[in-house]
Amino acid sequence: MNDDRDDRPSPEALLAEAQREGRGRLKIFLGAAPGVGKTYAMLEAAHERMRESVDVVAGVVETHGRKETGALLKGVDTLAPRMVEYRDKTFREMDLDALLKRRPKIALVDELAHTNIPGSRHVKRWQDVEELLAAGIDVYSTLNIQHLDSINDIVEQISGVKVRETIPDSVLSTADEIELIDLPPEDLIKRLEEGKVYVPEQARRAVHSFFSLGNLTALREMALRHAAERVDRQMVDYMRAHAIPGPWPARERVLVCIDAGVDADRLVRFAKRAAERRGAAWVAVTVETSQAHALTDAEKNRIDAAMRLAAQLGGDSATLQGDNVADAVVGFARDRNCTQIVVGRARKAGWFGRVGKSVTESLIDKAGDFTVVLVGGDENEKPKPSAPLPKPQTGWRVWLGYAFALVAAAAATGVCLLIDLYLPIANISVTYLLAVMIVAMKSGLRAGIMASVLSFLSFNFLFTEPRYTFAIADIHNITTVVFFLLAAVIVSNLAARLRTQVEATRESARRTTNLYDFGRKITAAATLDDVLWAVVHHVATTIHGKSLVLMPGEAGLYIAAGYPPEDQIDDKSAGAADWAWTHGNLAGRGSATLPTANWLFLPLTTGRGPVGVLGVQMMEDADMPSPTQLRLLETLADQAAVAIERTTLVADVETARVATERERLRAALLSSLSHDLRTPLVSIMGAATTLGSYDEKLEAEGRQDLIQTIQDEAERLNRFVQNLLDMTKMGSGALKPRVDWVDLGDVVSAAVKRTERLARRHTIRIEIAPEMPLLCLDAILMEQVFFNLLDNACKYAPPGTPIKVWAIKTAKHIAIEVADQGPGIPPEDREKVFDMFYRIDQADSQTAGTGLGLAICRGIVEAHGGSIHVEPGLHGIGTCIVIHLPLPPELSLDGAGTA
Amino acid sequence: MPRILVIDDEPQIRKFMRISLVANGYEVIEAENGAQGIEAARSQVPDLLILDLGLPDLDGQEVISAVREDSDVPIIILSVRAQELDKVEALDRGANDYVVKPFGVAELMARVRAVLRPRAVKGSDEVVKTGDVCIDLARRVVTRGGEDLHLSKKEWELLEFFARSPDYVLTHKEILKAVWGPAHTDDTAYLRVYVNQLRQKLEVDPAQPLLLVTEPGVGYRLKRRD
Repeated sequence: MNDDRDDRPSPEALLAEAQREGRGRLKIFLGAAPGVGKTYAMLEAAHERMRESVDVVAGVVETHGRKETGALLKGVDTLAPRMVEYRDKTFREMDLDALLKRRPKIALVDELAHTNIPGSRHVKRWQDVEELLAAGIDVYSTLNIQHLDSINDIVEQISGVKVRETIPDSVLSTADEIELIDLPPEDLIKRLEEGKVYVPEQARRAVHSFFSLGNLTALREMALRHAAERVDRQMVDYMRAHAIPGPWPARERVLVCIDAGVDADRLVRFAKRAAERRGAAWVAVTVETSQAHALTDAEKNRIDAAMRLAAQLGGDSATLQGDNVADAVVGFARDRNCTQIVVGRARKAGWFGRVGKSVTESLIDKAGDFTVVLVGGDENEKPKPSAPLPKPQTGWRVWLGYAFALVAAAAATGVCLLIDLYLPIANISVTYLLAVMIVAMKSGLRAGIMASVLSFLSFNFLFTEPRYTFAIADIHNITTVVFFLLAAVIVSNLAARLRTQVEATRESARRTTNLYDFGRKITAAATLDDVLWAVVHHVATTIHGKSLVLMPGEAGLYIAAGYPPEDQIDDKSAGAADWAWTHGNLAGRGSATLPTANWLFLPLTTGRGPVGVLGVQMMEDADMPSPTQLRLLETLADQAAVAIERTTLVADVETARVATERERLRAALLSSLSHDLRTPLVSIMGAATTLGSYDEKLEAEGRQDLIQTIQDEAERLNRFVQNLLDMTKMGSGALKPRVDWVDLGDVVSAAVKRTERLARRHTIRIEIAPEMPLLCLDAILMEQVFFNLLDNACKYAPPGTPIKVWAIKTAKHIAIEVADQGPGIPPEDREKVFDMFYRIDQADSQTAGTGLGLAICRGIVEAHGGSIHVEPGLHGIGTCIVIHLPLPPELSLDGAGTA
Repeated sequence: MPRILVIDDEPQIRKFMRISLVANGYEVIEAENGAQGIEAARSQVPDLLILDLGLPDLDGQEVISAVREDSDVPIIILSVRAQELDKVEALDRGANDYVVKPFGVAELMARVRAVLRPRAVKGSDEVVKTGDVCIDLARRVVTRGGEDLHLSKKEWELLEFFARSPDYVLTHKEILKAVWGPAHTDDTAYLRVYVNQLRQKLEVDPAQPLLLVTEPGVGYRLKRRD
């Protein structure tokens, strides 16, 4: 749980600290309004420094004629002001250069928000201060909150006074120190009435409305809040820089402790509400102590249910290990930077409360800086006593234990007799003790007690004086029997506990393995059907019974999957399923609702709501799964619900993606149809009407041209329609190659022949390796491929350049290349050109294609089990389309020539 | 003047075919559906049928079968590219050639002329000439550029079958059945191999054959070239 704990100083914090080094430090005396005594406080502080013999110089200090302030200023080394002439008036300004030259340790610069007289170096006094700070001089200054930029408008709203002198917030937020000078509004008003507050002449009229109790209270609150926020930030920075463990109030986080109490659910809900109110994150925590095995199933169930509820309500959850609950919780809270710990009211009983101090009490003791919220429980809900004794063993095991006790006592007697014979030892009883301990360990308390009684009797009879009687001569022997009994009790208890623990560990390991398996299975399942199948199969094998998943359909719940497959369930079970679905709770066989149904139903719920219902039926009508099984089932159901939701979400996304893609294609098809179908029609119609109207006026050559146009465009239209038809076939899955033995040369030359008219200005060279075998292809479809490729090549390659079709047989496949010497295809488009309606933008689109040709080629080639891609041509010139086709099967021509 | 029966349901197509056929000196009869076509084929005794496979009333295949019942009149079918199988079936039912829609008139006329030429060489004294190849069916001798070519027995049988129907498209099935026997009608690989061998011997450029040309998806044709 310590993995996200960070005890190192954060680098940003250290950097910020380092930047401050070498710079002067700025201390601001912040007040809510004039007259609260900022200047006075500043001067007092200055005197304090001076008493420590620090060099302090007053750059500028306004006393506003106040006597007390003036008296304080007297003792301070004061710089002569700079006299500035402006519009026939003389103003006193701080002499920045003189101050820089003088270089005191601390400079007093009153009224940070002051605006300098035009002609000064800086417009604002805070800029002067920046310069002083940069020069390494510490500065004390004063500021009223209303001068802060960000709250300027609020101040105006509240007081009705527009404050013109403002400073950026950063000046205040980067100040190294802030001292808030606070004076209750009533006192300030009193001081004002006594004339102790300086008010400039021109503001005298506004003064009474500004210094109202309401205004001052509001301003004071603002100043206080600003100061508080600043302190917070500073503290966080400091703590980060010095790696002080939290709590840092950076972000609130609520932690809720879950125990086996009956009101665990209530605690979770309370924590959720508390966190929501603060906009905080929250986490539910439970601590597994070494005594956790002693919890009853009901208690375990309650904890599990509460943790699940937390997860469902959007909280985090964590299970901590540790024997000291309070330590574990506080440690975790510190790690996770929690601010508030919610815990149930202290109880004496239960594992969360123990003898002596309750966990809650010790939590409060240790919480220190955390806020601990105690949530009261309902008095009537008495938690059940827990930590029961280990269950007594039953049946033949008991008798076996007794027999073992007898044997052990006998064996011990034998050993004792032997020892007694050869080396008489006084404390021979130790042998018996050993026997008792072994029996108690192996066979439990009762057998242990029996062994101790038998041992005592044998020991008494055989080895104590007087021998061969059961008489007890001295107190010594009484002690022996007491020790035997004690040993038996203690050892059997310890052993029993160990056994339970081992069993619990095994069970938990089994559960973990089970869950892990399940998780792996449903993660691997891609579709909803796969997930459902994995769920029902896994659940059925886990409980050694049957299982179902019901999902909501149009007419209510329907059986989405079953193992073993199941078509229908009885009405009662259907009712139980509906109930589980609507109420999000267990229903059906053995549960509190409709217990006589044949199936037990668990809701499949995620944070978004229910997704379905899981039905289980135990083998041979065993009523209900055991609590452990039930707990496991609930966990499985949770995982299953999330997985089901995941697949439905994926399906939704996929549906949306497909819809978008379809929409894109539809748009492309429409634009393609309107353009590619219409363009040739326009030419045909134009040429035909020209011929019709002006036949006698046309020269023979012009007439021939027009006729040629009609023919060419009609052919173009035909090619386009052919492409559309092929594409449609491909889209409807009707494109199934009818393969037969063909000669590749035949196919290529048929395509070349069809391109004859298109390729008038190109020469097509065919080079097919002589060892090329007959191929198993659909001749018509492959001819279309070559036709499309040659058509493209003719369109894009400059006239006069050669187009080459080249084919060889390699060890792996048949490789065919169609290469032209056109402009080539840019690398980024080499894959896209095979998309439907993708066209490379041409500078002049006189030969733009339909954007279908290559898509069809790919469809056909892939239908043949081959692949097609684009490569740059030889020496990087032109385009080379490379087709790989699978090698044809071995061809036997027996009898071809003799039959 | 040869009489040609055009069976097509599209008036525009009938119109331009009539115009061009008449311009080429043929007499034209028209029928706009299958029933009319069969009737006209019987009553008017045309020298050639041009038949569209897609008719409104009857399947073009049925028309072929009906006509073939009592006539050997040559039939040219009009088909579209999507109907590869129909085309082959039509040829196997007795059609003599095909033209793929849309087509140029020149192509149609070439087919019409070829089909109207005196058909199969019946007499054994015939000599078929194409390009520089001369096939003497009576003497069972093939020469190219005056030089004797040596053909294997199967090669000769194949070439002889082509030579007896020059300019006609012959389907794979038809050829296999005639040359290899009815048991081998699906062994197209045999045919490919032997056609290849023949081309090596007959053609100037076996990669771009001019005489023994492939009809994609249908079969082969021995073209008579001057």
